[in-house]
Amino acid sequence: MTRTKKDRALRIALPLAMLALAVLAWDLVVRAFAIPPYVLPSPARVGATLVNDAPLLWQSLKVTLSIAFQGFVLAAFGGIALAVTFNQWRIAEYSLYPYAVILQVTPVIAIAPLLLIYLPQPLAVLACAWIVAFFPVLANTTLGLNSVDHNLVSLFHLYKASRWQMLLHLKLPAALPQILAGLRIAGGLSLIGAVVAEIAAGSAGAGSGLAYRIAESGYRLNISRMFAALLLLSLAGVAIFLVLSALSHMLLRRWHDSAVRQER
Amino acid sequence: MTPRDGAIVSLRGVGKTFENGVAALDGLNLDIAEGEFVPLLGPSGCGKSTALRIIAGLSEASAGAAAAPAGNIGFVFQDPTLLPWTTMAGNVALPFTLGAAGNSEPHAAVARALARVALSEFAEAYPRELSGGMRMRAAIARALVTEPRLLLMDEPFAALDEITRFRLNNDLLAVWQELRRTVVFVTHSVFESVYLSQRILVMTPRPGRVFAEIAIPVSYPRDERFRTSAEYAGYCRQVSDALSHAMGGAA
Ligand SMILES: Nc1ncnc2c1ncn2[C@@H]1O[C@H](COP(=O)(O)OP(=O)(O)O)[C@@H](O)[C@H]1O
Ligand SMILES: [Mg+2]
Repeated sequence: MTRTKKDRALRIALPLAMLALAVLAWDLVVRAFAIPPYVLPSPARVGATLVNDAPLLWQSLKVTLSIAFQGFVLAAFGGIALAVTFNQWRIAEYSLYPYAVILQVTPVIAIAPLLLIYLPQPLAVLACAWIVAFFPVLANTTLGLNSVDHNLVSLFHLYKASRWQMLLHLKLPAALPQILAGLRIAGGLSLIGAVVAEIAAGSAGAGSGLAYRIAESGYRLNISRMFAALLLLSLAGVAIFLVLSALSHMLLRRWHDSAVRQER
Repeated sequence: MTPRDGAIVSLRGVGKTFENGVAALDGLNLDIAEGEFVPLLGPSGCGKSTALRIIAGLSEASAGAAAAPAGNIGFVFQDPTLLPWTTMAGNVALPFTLGAAGNSEPHAAVARALARVALSEFAEAYPRELSGGMRMRAAIARALVTEPRLLLMDEPFAALDEITRFRLNNDLLAVWQELRRTVVFVTHSVFESVYLSQRILVMTPRPGRVFAEIAIPVSYPRDERFRTSAEYAGYCRQVSDALSHAMGGAA
């Protein structure tokens, strides 16, 4: 086996081995101390819940993913559009950027209860997902649009490029790596935003997402379902990250250092 | 201002002081005739790039007058300055993408420009996939694709190794002899400037102006024999001396 192949095998095998060890330790602890399932269920019991409650959990997963996805799409378009607007009109940047920052630095968990008062719950959850996810897109796109090579800008001036051409043929493609980096962060954050809002709505809420399931199961001391839902949430987060990384790799494959595999 | 008779580029008393107070140029005079190949030779920081940008209309002189053909100018930077997200063909076609006139058959023009710099088989390659020398040739092809009257080159080969640089010098001379466009070639290499041209403008350190004008009355085509001749070595010494005088006598 070549070094890189061996390296890749290790990168997959080692985390799996760690997982197996952790699950084993968990199981042993539960058995050794005879911990009751309403305190800490065994891995097998969580697995069984995952299977038995599959229809319910699947339904909740779909609700949460759909909210996170909508929040992400709105954040992506909103963030990019706002960054382009800021880049083209200084006035807009000066007037609005501080508020974008304020929105970002205010913890969303503190905003969620207010939003839940003024908006119907699904909309409030969506708004939370959007609020946490749009800023990294805005910040990264802004950085990308501003870091265009000066000589390329000169070249475009030399060929009398219009503002529009400068944006479309130079600034946006040049910013693409940063935009994609922003989107990768936004993907994870939109899930967090959706979860935070659902938790804030709590069992009083009319929601049916995974976070709502966790809160509800907590009140009912159904700890294995809490674990099962949590597991699904993590997997959803991982899946979002992988999908966005693949997208980024596909778009940058031929031209950007971050995606080109250097042959040695 | 209209250029002096026969001159396509003409600078009269051109000065440039940047907002931060740096005086890059002061009292720069030069005339370049149609079809000439003229190196601007000077130490780094003497304002060569600034002068070139003023000629190209990318920067305004803060004193004096500059005349150069408006539009249809080719510019080659020290770095290839290619768009990394598009192919060689896409890069060479950029002037047409941005609406540069001058050709009814952009595809044919791009193919011709790529062939001229021996990059035809790499038309679909991305800049990332090619060597520094090949990228530089693509930059030259892009500058030539509109068949500009004036080609401005800012230390185009400074970042390349010597072997590649010699090759590109030869290629550039061949293209120039074929097309006979006016070329202003900024360099800090004495050897390169003597090899390429019949007239060298030596600049002083900042603020830059023309210190001496040296003729190299050797006919083209020039080749390796010229590069290794005693005559060539003699001219190099002469230009080198002028350069150290320009820099204040420190040899
Ligand atoms: N945009 C700018 N703003 C301020 N100073 C500049 C700018 N461009 C160049 N300079 C200064 O002007 C002087 C000449 O620069 P330049 O024309 O690039 O020299 P050269 O090309 O001969 O190396 C340098 O001291 C440089 O720092
Ligand atoms: Mg320079």
